Parts: sequence; structure tokens; C-alpha cells
Amino acid sequence: MIELKDISFIKDNKVILDNINLKLEKEKFYCLTGPNGSGKSTLAKIIMGIISPTSGKIYFNGEDITGASITDRANMGIGFAFQQPVRFKGITVFELLKFATKKDMSKADACEYLAKVGLCAREYVDREINNTLSGGELKRIEIATIIARSPSLAIFDEPEAGIDLWSFQNLNKVFKELEDSYKGVILVISHQEKILEIADEVILLEQGKITKRGKSEDMLNVMFCNNCCKGGSASE
Amino acid sequence: MNNVDTHLLTEITGNDYLDADALNIRKNGESIKRVTNPYIDIKPKKDQSGIEVYVKENTKFGIIHIPVIITESGLKDVVYNDFYIGDNANVIIMAGCGIHNDLHKNSEHDGIHRFFLGNNAKVKYVEKHYGEGSGNGKKILNPTTEIYMNSGSHMTMNTTQIKGVDDTIRITKAELGADTTLVINEHILTNNANCAKTDFTIELNGEGSSTHITSRSVACDNSVQEFKSNIIGNAKCYAHVECDAILKDQGKVIAIPEINAQNIDANLIHEAAIGKIAGEQLLKLMSLGLSEKESEEAIIKGFLRG
Repeated sequence: MIELKDISFIKDNKVILDNINLKLEKEKFYCLTGPNGSGKSTLAKIIMGIISPTSGKIYFNGEDITGASITDRANMGIGFAFQQPVRFKGITVFELLKFATKKDMSKADACEYLAKVGLCAREYVDREINNTLSGGELKRIEIATIIARSPSLAIFDEPEAGIDLWSFQNLNKVFKELEDSYKGVILVISHQEKILEIADEVILLEQGKITKRGKSEDMLNVMFCNNCCKGGSASE
Repeated sequence: MNNVDTHLLTEITGNDYLDADALNIRKNGESIKRVTNPYIDIKPKKDQSGIEVYVKENTKFGIIHIPVIITESGLKDVVYNDFYIGDNANVIIMAGCGIHNDLHKNSEHDGIHRFFLGNNAKVKYVEKHYGEGSGNGKKILNPTTEIYMNSGSHMTMNTTQIKGVDDTIRITKAELGADTTLVINEHILTNNANCAKTDFTIELNGEGSSTHITSRSVACDNSVQEFKSNIIGNAKCYAHVECDAILKDQGKVIAIPEINAQNIDANLIHEAAIGKIAGEQLLKLMSLGLSEKESEEAIIKGFLRG
């Protein structure tokens, strides 16, 4: 499905990612975790094409996409939910969802996607994505754009960041449902035990290197019992 | 009317003028068509070029179209239009000017519009400016709007100028009485070497008066824009001015805000933000499969509409 070969990223003489080799397979839910500054977001952005790696190759369904643009990768089937969703003055939730699906979607369809992320659809569908929306609302809309797009590889960069505990409970449900039904690959960057529990596999990134990888239950025991995570020096 | 005339009318009114309750079409400085009804009367001005529009009190709802088209290169058309809106009347007034200039002389339209709103009258005023033509003669539009609002009245003014107008100086002055509300939404996109200046002076004189001004503009190529606003709070009042501008290419924007509180209970707010399209916005839309150009167009389209 997607394969990262010898991916490194160096910025201002700091090694952020150090020779990453990673293969993700179809219909699996992966959770990428690790301390702040370990390079998780950088790795996700490299997959989406937002950041170019210093060295290494990325293959998607066997095709080398290392030099492909964000737009090309999106159209090949990679989706990315940003950690800090951006606001747009003048663009409505409905329009953003239409961009995401690239088809003549009805408002009823849009409402369905919003309902999936726990938003009362009628209240939101015609709202502008401006600063009248709270961080939690924006985050859910961001996730709805990915669900609407249904990419074969869906990346979520810290979906829990910036939302309250109440919203987080709902978010958990969303990911649980995705895990049950999603046909593509899901890669979630998260620190939350609840999300780690849902994952088929947990990948631990420390100081720019994958240090452990395994089944969710095994990894949770290792990580939380041994308090093994070491902080990274790089900034994400 | 020839094809160019109907095309210009379509650009500025979207053919809605055909369904107007009252209508006045002005072409190259002359009225060429006028429709009135028992509630809305349109008369030519006696001492100046222009019209006087009278809306009877308690008129429940009416749509008035007063489009202007200029197809004669080198014409400078100055028009004075006055609108007298009776107490409790509720109307929509659609104005606009389309210039087609294929030659090298400048074509100019200066429209001076004055609105007198009776008690509790409600007006929505929509104005659209459009310029086209292959000549190098400039297309110049200088609208002046004066608004006098009696107690309880409400006015919304939407103005749009998208491309094609070389020079514009837009002056808006308003005096607000008690419990009045004035909402102004301005959308401007300039390109090439266009120059657009807007200048608002709003006096909030009556207790409970309020105004909301939103200006959204995009300056492309080598165009220059200037936004100036002066809000004077002389009573217990509320004002919110929001000026947002997107810069593209070598575009330049100057925003000069002035808020002047003359009363302890005046609450005046001015927000201004000028900058390029945020990189994150482009990244988000590109990550949904739009190209960089499509993303930019979608962002600008939404921004100017909102």
C-alpha cells in the first residue's frame, strides 16, 4: 500500500527523521505515537507531500511518489486531516465538503458526513468556516472532509489536539466506527490511550527513529509500564 | 438597445431588471426607459441631470432598478439621483454601472446618490460596477453615496466592483438617527494597474444607532487600493468595521482606520487585516485534490462573496 524507504529529514543541521523504513498495509488502522518533537507530524507531512524528505523514497501502490505534488497525491488517494485546521472567510462547510468529494453532492449527503462526526448537521452545513467556529467544531469538520473524501490512505494528525474531553469521547466513537468499516489504511498520530487501543498496530517514534512497532495491547504494556518514551530534540 | 447594451445590463443586473417594479435605464447620459407604479414614482430632476425616486410610505415591498450603461468613449457622465423612502416602506434598490470602452478616450461615470429614509423605513441597496472593452481609454467610476436615516430605519448597502474598472473613488457618508442600523458590505477586486479608493464617514448621532461595515478586497497585478473609514460616535451607539484585504502579485493596499468616540457610551471597533493568501489555506485545498491555481481561485471567490 504505502512504503517509506530510508526516509530522512534534516533541518538546520538537526536530524528530525533518521532513516525511516515503514510499510503500511490495506484495511489496517495504525497509530503513530511518541513524545513531542519525535518527528511524527513531519513524517505524516512527508507522506502527504507537504514536506519533501532530505533523502529516501516513498512508494504508493508500488509507484514512486517521492516527487509528486500534494494535489497529485490527493488525487491518487491520500488524505490528510491537519492538526490545526485552517479557517476560510467566505467558504462554507458545505462547499469544503464538496471540494473534498469533487462531485455534485447534495446537502443531505453533506449532513450525513457531519452527523458522522457528531455535529448537528443542519446547524453547520451552511456556516462559514470562520472564527465563529470553535476549535472542536473545526476539528470535527476537518475529520468530516476526510471521511467524505474516503481516501485509500487517511492520515489524521493528532485529532485530539485542542479539543475538550467531552468532544474527545465522541471522537473516539468516530475512530472506532472507522476502524470497523474503513476499507483503506488509517494512520492516526495520537498520544491518547483510547485511540492507541483501537489501533491494529502501534508504531513508536522516538528521536526521529521507529523504535518499536507491534500490536496495540503489547505496545500499550511496554510503553506505559516501562515509561520508555524518551523526548526528542527536534521540533515538529 | 443593441447587443452591447443588453450584455452590459446582464453583467450588472443579471437580467433581473426585467422584473423590476420600477425601472430607469440610463444610457450615455440619457434616460432610455422608465417604468413606475402607484407606489414608486421616478421623476427627472429639474435643475440637474438625474432622477428623483419617491417611495410612498407603508409600501410593503418593491424592487427598483436604476442601471447605467456607457458605450460612448470619451463620455463623462455625472448624475444626481435622490431617493425619498417614506415611513415604514420596504424596498430593494439595484443600481450599477457598466462601461464598454473600445477606444482610447476615457469614459467616466460619477453617480451621486442620496438616500433619505423615513421612520422605520427599510432599504437594501445593491450596486455593481463593471468595465469592459478593448480600447486603452480608461473606465472610471466615482460613486458618492449619502445616507440620511430617520429613527428606526434600516439600510443594507452591498457594493461590488470586480475587475475592469481602472480608477474609482468611492465616497460614502451617512448620518444615523436613533435606533437605526446601517450595514455596508463592500467587495472589490482590482487588477492590472487599477486604482480603487474608498472613503467612509459615518456619524452615529442617535441613541441606539449601529453600523457594521465589512470591506473585502483583493489587489492583483500592479493595482493599488486605499480603504479609509471614519466612524464618529456622538451617542450611545455601536460600530464594527472589518477591513480584510488579500494581496496578490505586486498589489498594494493601504487601510486608514479612524474611530472617533464623542460619547461615553459609544462602542466602536475597527479590525483590519492585509496579507497574502494563507499558505495553510492553499495546503488544505490542495490536500483535497485541487491544484494550486484552483485553490487560490476558490479562496478568492469565497472571500469576495462572504
